[in-house]
Amino acid sequence: MTSILLVAEFDEQGDVTQGALQAITAAKSLSDAQVTAVVAGDASGSASSLAVDGVVTVSAIAAADNGIFEQVTADLAALVVSSSPDVVIFSKSDFGSVVGARLAFRLDAALAADCIEISGSGGSVSVTRPVYGGSALAEFEIASSPAVLTLRAGAFEPTGDTGSPSVESHDGEATVEQRALVSDTVAEAHESVRLEDADFVVSGGRGLGGPEPFSVLTDLANVLGGAVGASRAACDAGWIDHSHQVGLTGKTVSPDVYIAVAISGASQHMAGCSSSRAIVAINKDGDSNIFKEARFGVVGDWEKVLPSFLATVRDLKA
Amino acid sequence: MTLRIVVLAKQVPDPETPPSQFKIDESTNSVLPPNGVPPVVNGFDLNAVEAALQLRDAGADVEITVLSVGSEFVMDAMKKPLAMGADRLVLVDDEGLDRIDAAATVKVLAAAIEKDGPFDLILGGRQASDWDQAHVTLGLAEVLGLPLVSLVQKLELDGDSIALRRVIPDGYQVVSAPTPSVLTITNELGEPRYPNLRGIMQASRKKPEIFSLVDLGLSDSDLSPKLELKRLYVPESNRQVELIEGDDEADSGVKLALRLRKEKLI
Repeated sequence: MTSILLVAEFDEQGDVTQGALQAITAAKSLSDAQVTAVVAGDASGSASSLAVDGVVTVSAIAAADNGIFEQVTADLAALVVSSSPDVVIFSKSDFGSVVGARLAFRLDAALAADCIEISGSGGSVSVTRPVYGGSALAEFEIASSPAVLTLRAGAFEPTGDTGSPSVESHDGEATVEQRALVSDTVAEAHESVRLEDADFVVSGGRGLGGPEPFSVLTDLANVLGGAVGASRAACDAGWIDHSHQVGLTGKTVSPDVYIAVAISGASQHMAGCSSSRAIVAINKDGDSNIFKEARFGVVGDWEKVLPSFLATVRDLKA
Repeated sequence: MTLRIVVLAKQVPDPETPPSQFKIDESTNSVLPPNGVPPVVNGFDLNAVEAALQLRDAGADVEITVLSVGSEFVMDAMKKPLAMGADRLVLVDDEGLDRIDAAATVKVLAAAIEKDGPFDLILGGRQASDWDQAHVTLGLAEVLGLPLVSLVQKLELDGDSIALRRVIPDGYQVVSAPTPSVLTITNELGEPRYPNLRGIMQASRKKPEIFSLVDLGLSDSDLSPKLELKRLYVPESNRQVELIEGDDEADSGVKLALRLRKEKLI
């Protein structure tokens, strides 16, 4: 048996995240998996959205935090110590990246981040994770328990089967001192379609040469009902806000169609979009890496290709 | 009073290495140094150096120490933070230290900070561009028992504490951290400055201070890995792109749209 503690996250509407549903699929692939889903924070109503096949228990811990996850790290650490799972699984979200790392180091446990495959059982877990910006893959074996894992968004299919887990709750640990204090959370206005949820993403890169061309990309995204993305080079140059950045250090997207305009396709960028159903590339350099990843492409100057592409798409959508 | 800042910096293969030059020796599970492409300081760590320099620019009295763990250091690369304006370079340089895992690296850094500290601020990049884990700086905060704020895009001194902006998925948090604290700095801070000639000259005259494992009271047995690397390889791409060619580039754009419609993608 492999006992698994799966730390589930919820969105602002109180629904379990796609990342958590993907993590359940991953957890079930370990041999004879016994999954306990942990709900951190306000657990009301969470049990119903975690009524999925494979989850045996939903475990709620109360963890009000106005620090950087200090309380929830302490509460999770206590739960791991008392329940001694073989594997602890997070999504590689902001929360999962920070709390997963803190938990592993606090408990002197093995930690593997951003996994795209997992297998084995408690005591011998094998994981595969991209390294060197996605240029290579590394396979690791973890022979100690617990193994703390974070999973890459989109690497596993979200589970859809229903189940009926039992629900239990734990008293939180004693309140820990909040040292770095969050005094305000500022939401930046985002487009009508969230980049992470968009079915179509139109992304621009260094080859655009400046901020103005993003208006054409925005027009195309609007016609398709999608969102605008960008490479890190375009964001660091200040042509578009960092909230649009797709890639290893930006957002991970998996739209039906990812249109990469003047993007060379460095592995760090592809790490954020490689699970798209189809990648379409427009780039004047036929040797650029993007054409190794794309399903359809045009080798040409985006300034000449894009206007006629946009006009034709507009006609087709009319 | 001088604010002592230590910036963690790692020597990595240049991430701009062309894919054709990126090669792995599968018998040793290691990346072969690319011909003619020297290693660099991890770019995200330069964001952390920049953050420390911005505190100085804002008028704070700071001493900036750059700390690295590794072996076969290339001084031209490792002196870049000094050329940007950092004051000291401390290297823990010993055989095999370029191949230890994150848990072992944290142990070595903690011992070096114990010996060379105390520091008021410990800064690291958001992750390293070789193993892409983002573990070391976060783990160090746990091992040292210090407060941690990750993904800092802006910082300034505010009396005895640090006023920060922390990037979150759809905005930012306003955070106040005490000293000492551990911060990871993200590229949203902005491009690290380029060294000027004066900085390069000053850096060339500075010598790194070097510690061995023995100096830190550590031995190889302290550094056993938690994860065993079984295989490192370049994945094969079997995707075949379908290139759309029209009479001219504008026509290619039209044909591309029609092709996507035929495939029911749009």
